[in-house]
Amino acid sequence: MFDEMVKKEAEWLSGEGKNSDIVLSSRVRLARNITGIPFPAVADTDTRQKILSYVKIAIDKGGAFKKGIFYNSSELSHTDKDFLLERHLVSPEFVKDQNGFKGIFIGEDEKISIMINEEDHLRLQAIRSGLEIKATWEEVNRIDDELSKFLEFDFDSDFGYLTSCPTNVGAGIRASILIHLPGLVLTRELDKVISRITKMGLTVRGFYGEGTDVLGNLFQVSNQTTLGKSEEDIIESLEKITQQIIEYEGNSRATLFRDAKEHIEDKIWRAYGILRYACVLTSDEVMNLLSALRLGIGMGTLSGIDLKLINQLLILTQPAHLQKYYGYQMNADQRDKKRAELLRERLEKS
Amino acid sequence: MLCQDCKKKEATVHLTQIINDEKIELNLCRECAEKRGFHSPLEGASFPLAEFLASILDQSLKKVPTRLKESKCSVCGIGYSDFVKAGRLGCGNCYKVFREELKDLLRKIHGSDQHRGKAPAALEDVMKPIKDQRRLQEQLRKAVESEDFEKAAKLRDKIKALNKKL
Repeated sequence: MFDEMVKKEAEWLSGEGKNSDIVLSSRVRLARNITGIPFPAVADTDTRQKILSYVKIAIDKGGAFKKGIFYNSSELSHTDKDFLLERHLVSPEFVKDQNGFKGIFIGEDEKISIMINEEDHLRLQAIRSGLEIKATWEEVNRIDDELSKFLEFDFDSDFGYLTSCPTNVGAGIRASILIHLPGLVLTRELDKVISRITKMGLTVRGFYGEGTDVLGNLFQVSNQTTLGKSEEDIIESLEKITQQIIEYEGNSRATLFRDAKEHIEDKIWRAYGILRYACVLTSDEVMNLLSALRLGIGMGTLSGIDLKLINQLLILTQPAHLQKYYGYQMNADQRDKKRAELLRERLEKS
Repeated sequence: MLCQDCKKKEATVHLTQIINDEKIELNLCRECAEKRGFHSPLEGASFPLAEFLASILDQSLKKVPTRLKESKCSVCGIGYSDFVKAGRLGCGNCYKVFREELKDLLRKIHGSDQHRGKAPAALEDVMKPIKDQRRLQEQLRKAVESEDFEKAAKLRDKIKALNKKL
């Protein structure tokens, strides 16, 4: 499965869009539930199956979903699920939770996707490359409107859209950007910036979202609250704060290149050297080395490598992607060798 | 894997450093990692939500009357104590059954108990005057706060007029 998909890159990895040297992607997801049916965690198997078929019917009827593919979780292997997680199409929760009758719909170019029977009946997602949070919101809003023609969503005039967890109730929205902040990490200014961000009602998480590790200096910044503010206000404040973070990051990088130019450039070239010639590389190590390359591109130290390649490599070197790409199961040792081989090939070409 | 420094606790921090082409791997427990000066940049940030929620719920359960502790949602069968344990509600109807307690909780989480965003298209007509009213009330609150009483009076009249319509 996904033999074709692994060869193509998702739109959000294209390296296009505003500020794409710092902001990898903008993502907005909406939580929705169908009226009168228990939430997935409490629903019995029959009910979960029903939810799945209701949503499938709505997707089939909706005009916005012509070119897309639907998968039942029962037809997905563990590697398949990890592959979707690495592509940011499903959540860690979707992979971990062993309950059956989950589903995932993936739209054209992977710009939109719909998770079914995760924590809520539906989780609609739109994702784009760069700082394009408004366009991303408009896209997911359109999908929501389209689906609500066929599904009656649980809505309360006081509490808004009702969700399994009270932290999502109201707009049911989580808008987030994936941002690369090596400058702030190296100058040890990040703690200050994070405390400022959290004071403004936003939250900072690791690469795959809630409860995950920080890898490759990549951070997810998203709204924390969903009730009492309109979606537009939430989007606008995330955009504004992101612009501020970009400015702070720019200042940090300028400081680094003023005070420690040789050291930073040495770090970047060493990272390039290892990625280009090493024979065994772990996934975490690659993420950190790619971070140095991304910084090098942003600062003009490295030329001839484009952001798109860095973005592709970031995903392609993840464990499940590597196995899909080469078409067979590998243990960690085998993967570390193949990963290094893939990097040698790709960087030689660039 | 045990921490290589203290050799007692489970290693949860795994670091790879490359110095002069030599790869050094460190597998440490949290405490020993901190002793060596490594720390996670996300430390001290106020999250995750689940923990935050659990701490609020823990306090809120103590104040909940016995009546509510025993009442269950008629649609999904979840009781308030089940909710407190799992941090998750069972269905949309739970929001009706535990309405007052949830209002209090939502104010603590979100700083508000009133939705301001979009509504499903079918309900948009019903929601519009309600949303207008909420917006005006917010403006009125701000006007009073900034002691702009002229503006506040105007807003109060608008709200009155809107209330009549509703």
